[in-house]
Amino acid sequence: MPLYFGMFISVAAYLLGMWLKKKLGWAVLNPLLVAILLVILFLKLTGISYDDYNTGACYISYFLTPATVCLAIPLYKQLELLKKNFIAVILSITVGVAGSVLSVFLMSMLFRLEHVLYVSLLPKSITTAIGMGVSEEAGGIVTLTVVSIIITGILGNITADAWFKLVGIKHPIAKGLAMGTAAHAIGTAKALEMGEVEGAMSSLSIAVAGLMTVVAAPLMAGLI
Amino acid sequence: MKHLKGVAIIFGITMLGEILNKKIPVPVPAGVYGLFILLGLLCCGMVKLSDVLTTGNLLLDLMPLMFIPAAVGLMEQFEMLREILVPLVLITVISTFIVMTVTGKTAELVLGRRKKEEQ
Repeated sequence: MPLYFGMFISVAAYLLGMWLKKKLGWAVLNPLLVAILLVILFLKLTGISYDDYNTGACYISYFLTPATVCLAIPLYKQLELLKKNFIAVILSITVGVAGSVLSVFLMSMLFRLEHVLYVSLLPKSITTAIGMGVSEEAGGIVTLTVVSIIITGILGNITADAWFKLVGIKHPIAKGLAMGTAAHAIGTAKALEMGEVEGAMSSLSIAVAGLMTVVAAPLMAGLI
Repeated sequence: MKHLKGVAIIFGITMLGEILNKKIPVPVPAGVYGLFILLGLLCCGMVKLSDVLTTGNLLLDLMPLMFIPAAVGLMEQFEMLREILVPLVLITVISTFIVMTVTGKTAELVLGRRKKEEQ
């Protein structure tokens, strides 16, 4: 198998996903989700194994660590916003992250999930780059983490408007914080559509919630 | 060579992050150490935003692609997935709504109080 096969079909599938979303405009058609499903479908149909695909494709993943480092850039740009709303930001994201890991913990207990599945789901609300690292460090199944993170993001993106109306969340800053903390970058795409304040707050929350989860997840990981 | 300086800085910081990840016995991903190092260097002015902006934006722009190989690994785990599909979906959906609600409500509470104090 050519080394660039895995890299090429990954990028091509993403491009196709972008095109589909533009063409149809459905929020469910997240380009990343479409790309993943297309690559899986292609490999299954052609009988090419995951290992053959991944000998080349894995090199794309190597760039994830430096890309995570670069998340410092948007955070640095929003440092002023963080300082101005420090208490609201820190308090609500802390409560959000606690709500996330505690709800995953309680439901994992309820469903009697094994440790490896439980720790794979712990970082489900944070940005994939950090979430993959958290899952790996805790001994989770990174693949499962990525999928649950993407589903979470799409769900937040699609339902946020109706949900905020239902539970009565009106303040633009509150909406942005809720979007970024619950649904990371995919939710932030929706927050940016809602407004400038929502978008900025949401992208700030991606970094802050991600970093808080780095601390919270290992503390919770030993419980199951 | 507009990316040269940016690539050098970002790869250097990434390497430092990897070293810290190996040396410090806490489960913090290498990229997160690097994130803090870059943020610190930007704040103290040792790295200028313009030094890393173009390369950084390129990496951030391409980031979704970097998740595909790991997620495609799902095809090897369909059996396991079928067994845990119901709890997986329920946990994901319910906890997403919980996080949206508690984060938003807490923020409204804090912001509402601040507004009252200002009046």
